[in-house]
Amino acid sequence: MHRALCWLLAAFLALAAPAAFAADLEPLVRGLGAGNYADTEKALAKLAETGDPAAVPVIEALQAGDLYVRKPDGAVVVAKRSGNGYALTDPVTGAPIGEADRNAVEKIKVNNALRRTMSAALGALTLMSPNAGVRWQAAEAVFKSRDANALEALDAALAKETDEGVKRAMTQARASVVLGSSAPDGDKLAAVEVLKDRGDQDALALLNGAAGNGSEAVKAAAGKAVAAVESRLALWGAAQNLWYGLSLGSVLLLAAIGLAVTFGVMGVINMAHGEMVMIGAYATFLVQEGFRAWAPGLFDFSILVALPVAFLVSGAVGVVIERSVIRWLYGRPLETLLATWGLSLALQQAVRSLFGPTNREVGAPSWMSGAFQLGGLTITYGRLWIVVFAFLVFGALLVALRRTWFGLSIRAVTQNRNMASAMGIRTARVDALTFGLGSGIAGLAGVALSQIDNVSPNLGQGYIIDSFMVVVFGGVGNLWGTLVGALALGSVNKFLEPYAGAVLGKILVLIFIILFIQRRPRGLFALKGRAVEA
Amino acid sequence: MLTRFLLLGLDKKAGVLLAVLALLAVAVPVMALGTAPDSPWHLSTHSVALMGKYLCFALLALALDLVWGYVGILSLGHAAFFTLGGYAMGMYLMRQIGPRGVYGNPILPDFMVFLNWKELPWYWHGFDQFWFAAVMVMLVPGALAFAFGWFAFRSRVTGVYLSIITQALTFALMLAFFRNDMGFGGNNGLTDFKEILGFDIQAPATRVGLFVATVVALAIGYILASSIVASKLGKVLVAVRDAESRVRFLGYETERYKLFAWTLSACMAGVAGALYVPQVGIINPSEFSPASSIEAVIWVAVGGRGTLAGAIIGAVLVNFGKSYFTAALPELWLFALGGLFVLVTLFLPKGILGLAAQLRQRLPSRGAVAAKPAGQKGV
Amino acid sequence: MSAEDTLLYLDGVSVSFDGFRALNSLSLLIEPGEMRAIIGPNGAGKTTMMDVITGKTRPDTGTILFEGKTDLTAMREAGIANLGIGRKFQRPTVFENHTVWDNLELALKAPRRPLKTLTYAVGRDDRLRIEEILDITRLSPKRERQAGSLSHGEKQWLEIGMLLAQDPKLLLVDEPVAGMTDAETEQTARLLKDIAGKHSVIVVEHDMVFVRELGVKVTVLHEGSVLAEGSLDAVSANQQVIDVYLGR
Repeated sequence: MHRALCWLLAAFLALAAPAAFAADLEPLVRGLGAGNYADTEKALAKLAETGDPAAVPVIEALQAGDLYVRKPDGAVVVAKRSGNGYALTDPVTGAPIGEADRNAVEKIKVNNALRRTMSAALGALTLMSPNAGVRWQAAEAVFKSRDANALEALDAALAKETDEGVKRAMTQARASVVLGSSAPDGDKLAAVEVLKDRGDQDALALLNGAAGNGSEAVKAAAGKAVAAVESRLALWGAAQNLWYGLSLGSVLLLAAIGLAVTFGVMGVINMAHGEMVMIGAYATFLVQEGFRAWAPGLFDFSILVALPVAFLVSGAVGVVIERSVIRWLYGRPLETLLATWGLSLALQQAVRSLFGPTNREVGAPSWMSGAFQLGGLTITYGRLWIVVFAFLVFGALLVALRRTWFGLSIRAVTQNRNMASAMGIRTARVDALTFGLGSGIAGLAGVALSQIDNVSPNLGQGYIIDSFMVVVFGGVGNLWGTLVGALALGSVNKFLEPYAGAVLGKILVLIFIILFIQRRPRGLFALKGRAVEA
Repeated sequence: MLTRFLLLGLDKKAGVLLAVLALLAVAVPVMALGTAPDSPWHLSTHSVALMGKYLCFALLALALDLVWGYVGILSLGHAAFFTLGGYAMGMYLMRQIGPRGVYGNPILPDFMVFLNWKELPWYWHGFDQFWFAAVMVMLVPGALAFAFGWFAFRSRVTGVYLSIITQALTFALMLAFFRNDMGFGGNNGLTDFKEILGFDIQAPATRVGLFVATVVALAIGYILASSIVASKLGKVLVAVRDAESRVRFLGYETERYKLFAWTLSACMAGVAGALYVPQVGIINPSEFSPASSIEAVIWVAVGGRGTLAGAIIGAVLVNFGKSYFTAALPELWLFALGGLFVLVTLFLPKGILGLAAQLRQRLPSRGAVAAKPAGQKGV
Repeated sequence: MSAEDTLLYLDGVSVSFDGFRALNSLSLLIEPGEMRAIIGPNGAGKTTMMDVITGKTRPDTGTILFEGKTDLTAMREAGIANLGIGRKFQRPTVFENHTVWDNLELALKAPRRPLKTLTYAVGRDDRLRIEEILDITRLSPKRERQAGSLSHGEKQWLEIGMLLAQDPKLLLVDEPVAGMTDAETEQTARLLKDIAGKHSVIVVEHDMVFVRELGVKVTVLHEGSVLAEGSLDAVSANQQVIDVYLGR
């Protein structure tokens, strides 16, 4: 799966490498402007024989009609219109070599025969390139263009090719060309098989074309191949949806899990929860700015530093909020809801005043950018890390609540405040720290969201309703419920999207939850028993 | 029977409030239409519309107080009913534009022409008639509230859960109305109105007429609400708020009582929205936003919930403050509003009227018991 | 005795919460006009029994019939209350923000539909009945007081007054004398005995003195089912009962 990436990288390197053979090419390039079509064709053939990638831009310029002969010295140049005259560049090195009057240059004319030769020469040049990445790209280009002229070069290249991946790409390219040509049925049937194995959207399009015309045998084979590819694609499509669902679900999980602590464990409705996420995202931004300014070389690590910073900043804000406002409102959930909503407004405005209303740019470290192919799935590293991260946070929280003294105190206070107090647990402190924990986790969510969403003062607002839905759907007071709720809502959303569109899908999910709450007012994993009803 | 019922709500507080409203209904037309524009007593059309807007919000707050203050249902979705009422009125106003739209289509509103629609969607039919729109203004929010309440109350969704799903309701509606293919003008909503009942909607006299209509609607809403609250049904509602299961064991189907108050409140909110739209000249999906519902809650909290008159006072005061702040110190408005939420819940749980009642109780005599508003436990 | 002759008929009623069996195949018969005392240690299922009778909790299995014909397990709280089953809670639950008078007015037997209450006016009969109950419960001087400002004992009496106003056929009374002085306890016992003539009463109580004062048939519950039944003296002598109360 890394191979494609390596090739791309190699291709870039190859293009960046200076034309080592520039001197040798010079006379051959000059030959292009020598005179009649036949001479040009000969020069082209020689150019192709060199197998030098530096010849590629020259031929491309010729194809584009940008190649001219400078009359005074007969040099072949690339000329682009500029003002009244032409700006000239060297066709091989690409270096500018001054300007020329309109009459001082003459275009090298091409005819159809020449055009074919050019394609073949280009194909041969790139397909024979010493660089595997370039060869792979060339093969893919032929696959898309289905240029019959490239067939010869392709066969020649295939005979020499040693790299398995490039060989496969070339075989597929060949099949693509063959299927579009008037080749005998036997060849076409083989081509159908090759394309069936490739099995992506492009192959499907080609096979569909083949199923529509040609001999009966080919039609039938192509039809079968289409069905096979389609079912495979559907499978991968479902897998892709599942992945998207998992990805969205993990984002929801991150946003909701802190809420599950404050709402589920403490029974406090924190409408400013989204702002804790937002503060975490801004903390990430600040840490990153710090790295940019003082340690740009360590930029890739900035997000690792941002994690504890965001946790602590959001957690601290949470503790302050609990101590100053929420502790006066225990047992009055609706009042808490209103007060924390007010805090969320003030926090948004505070951040807006400090950082401005516009989006802030938070970059991705190199290990979080890019994507890879997993079968028919395209998975971006950023999303993958967020999924991993969400589960790590969930696991850590679970362990913290189950296995630590702090977790034990939280559970004790939740179940029986007076008893816990009598046992010597400082309940006020536990309250503050629990709220800080929930807020801190929201801050961690902010670090993750800064990678996939706009960092703006409104960041949190977009997640607060979804987070509440997750917690309510999963069942309050149950972390596993939150996990299942987040993943279920994420998947349902993504599976609805292709049919209903993103917005309607979301509306349907909301309606579903509203109806669901009617059936099970206490969520999926509700606590049962007399204590709940009291 | 009806008169006896309506007289129930007419205590001293109601008398003061209705007198103020009557004064407004007389003074505002005189000041707006009967004085020269340069007179210090003159009210500009803009001011009249602004005051009208405040009173629409007051009616919304009144509706909210009926369910929150007296039944304990904290709705975070009342803006939904308000906005639905507004859309129903907006649809009537759109149909009144007729061929005067940019595209000059006599039937289709501009946005439909723009979207290449060929004919009017079925749910737009009938809105060319005022009476039909007037019925829909109450029927649509009422029906939605009835359906929603029927399910929610029967399955005993209460407290915070109910609040959260009301919020989800208005959020879902907002997303839905933002869609162009819903047929309600998408993002832009409904605007560019020309006429209402044949009167130019921009004319000062029409504005004054709309203002007076709002005053009347508010007065009717208040009398209705305070009569209900004073009746035995109102006592049952308060009992439901304080100890719902106990009320059930007395043999009352509490779901029906909640449904009654909830649906009535939604209808009142719908009327408020319908009066709001012609006075501000636009209705769009952002009115559905959860934030506007919660803002309405703070109006009630500021004035004092469970007092009805407090809701009206709170709505007018907070919105006056909002107009002032957003013009003079826009940066500070959200701080002020946010601070208001925190301060009121922490220090003024019974709002301005509750505070006033407490102060009055400190002073001896004057029959303080009778004047005491229905207090409440934390919900 | 067949189910038709009973006022309340419980047969094989079981309820469990998260694996804990609160009621275990409980069977109980109450005759019209009878007063019954239910005793039992904590967790014996006394309150749960009241919950299943009044519709607050639905039994997993079992039959509950009222007047030998109406199946209570299929009904909701309000419907059951309207059949004529009144309940007084362990912790006095009155409407704290209403006056004593309003509490009684709400409880008073009258149409319970919203529109009927909207247009309800206190008639002469209703006023006299409320006055009468105020006298019985000795709350007459405090009729305009908010119920929240009453003392604990007064709230207990107000709740009993509300039961009277409801005029039910069967009263379920959960610990009516908890937190009362001895004199109040005695008065309460007399009051309940007065009521028992016209109505059936089930009293759940811990206070043995009070139960003795009532002088009625006693049912002992243990772990969700009936352990013993009979006069207080008889059950007091029962070895099983002694074991349960003193611990094995």
